[in-house]
Amino acid sequence: MAAHSGAVVVAAQTDEPSGISLFLPAGYDLFWSSVVIVIIAVVFYKMVLPRMNAVLDERASLIEGGIAKAEAAQQQADEALAKQQELLAQARSEAAQVREEARAEGTAIIKDLKAKASEEAERITETARRQIEADRQAASVSLRTEVGALATDLASKIVGESLEDSARQSRVVDRFLDELEASQALASNKEA
Amino acid sequence: MARPFRPFAVTRAGPNDHLGVLLSTHATSVILAATEGHEGEGGFHTPSISDFFPSAILFEGTIFQIDRLWIIRIIATLVLLSIFVIAARRAKVVPGRFQTAIEFLLSFVRVQIGEEIMGKERSRRFVPMLTTIFLSILAFNLTGVIPGLNLAGTSRIGLPLVLALWVFVTYWAVGIRKHGLGGYLRSNLFPPGVPWPIYAILTPIELLQLLIIRPGSLMVRLVANMVAGHIILVLCFAATQFFVVDSAGTGLMFFGLLTLPAGIFMTLFEVLVAFLQAYIFALLAAAYINMSLEEEH
Repeated sequence: MAAHSGAVVVAAQTDEPSGISLFLPAGYDLFWSSVVIVIIAVVFYKMVLPRMNAVLDERASLIEGGIAKAEAAQQQADEALAKQQELLAQARSEAAQVREEARAEGTAIIKDLKAKASEEAERITETARRQIEADRQAASVSLRTEVGALATDLASKIVGESLEDSARQSRVVDRFLDELEASQALASNKEA
Repeated sequence: MARPFRPFAVTRAGPNDHLGVLLSTHATSVILAATEGHEGEGGFHTPSISDFFPSAILFEGTIFQIDRLWIIRIIATLVLLSIFVIAARRAKVVPGRFQTAIEFLLSFVRVQIGEEIMGKERSRRFVPMLTTIFLSILAFNLTGVIPGLNLAGTSRIGLPLVLALWVFVTYWAVGIRKHGLGGYLRSNLFPPGVPWPIYAILTPIELLQLLIIRPGSLMVRLVANMVAGHIILVLCFAATQFFVVDSAGTGLMFFGLLTLPAGIFMTLFEVLVAFLQAYIFALLAAAYINMSLEEEH
């Protein structure tokens, strides 16, 4: 039984195509092969490859665009930095200038004020001196009269009537006052 | 009486001898008969030519005949197109893993085959063709190692023939368009720098080369590789089945320790061959087209 089925298999096989038919195409084989290859080719030509290439191109352009953008940004940053530094330098020099001016102005103001102050002081001194002079003269006038009278009184009391003589009296008083003035002037000279 | 493991003389003979083995169906049936006769309960399936000509399922005898190999080819086509159409639809500027893998395959064809052989400028026109050839051959080759399919779509001549014909027509067309028919034939059939008596030998050879050898070698190389691969795989797995299951309990089981790793190794080897054959086919297609475009020597 088993041997029989084996024989059947062998018989079936010998009926099958011989080896050379592997290389002799059958019509249906060629027909369907063409159909399959055409389908695959159409899909690859029309859809897969254009699509993938589009994506690849887009990627390439994106990368290039990104690089260009980065370069532009870098350039902008460089420019901004340069500008900033320029501004900073400008500001510094301006500040220095302002400071210089302020210092000069300050000096001028101080000088001015000092001048004014010394003028004022002089003026005050002058006024005071005048006042003093006036007071001194007033005092001297009043002294001249009062001291004369007092001295005369005192002298007349001490000397008595001997000095009643007005001519003599006046002479004595004048001389006394002159002496007094002289000594005073001496004293004020010394003071000065 | 022949010994049951006799088929293994075939495996030891190496891949190059398979075509010979394959061509002699008689020897195969003798081996089969011997095996069957000895074992009685014959579980050993011997690979044979008939594997590549399964019986028709639809439209038998017409040009639209559909058989198992065709179903395999249609599945491979659908899978290939689905993968690449989905990849193309979802293609983004910033690729994910899937897209990176797809792009790797596409750029492999573009750079390693197209630009390497033809130069950047010239290859641009032919990259879609090379891509179609490479990827369809790859897809149809790989069905040979996919469980359930187990038969390479390129292991019957029709598909390789159509592809070889495409290459053939293309290299003739670009050659004639560039040099004119006379110029193309002159530069190919009468290469300069050869003493004229030599042309008596050289010219027929070159003509044969242009007309038959180039496309013929393209398709025969591919078919023979896939057929041999299928035979080896079937042999390894059938033998493993025979030794481990059918001969369970006998000393023959230990031969399974040899045939199972051999099957695994050959499966991996067939994956390599699938890539290699697709690469070689596309590479030679590029080279033939490039030869037609070369300036006159």
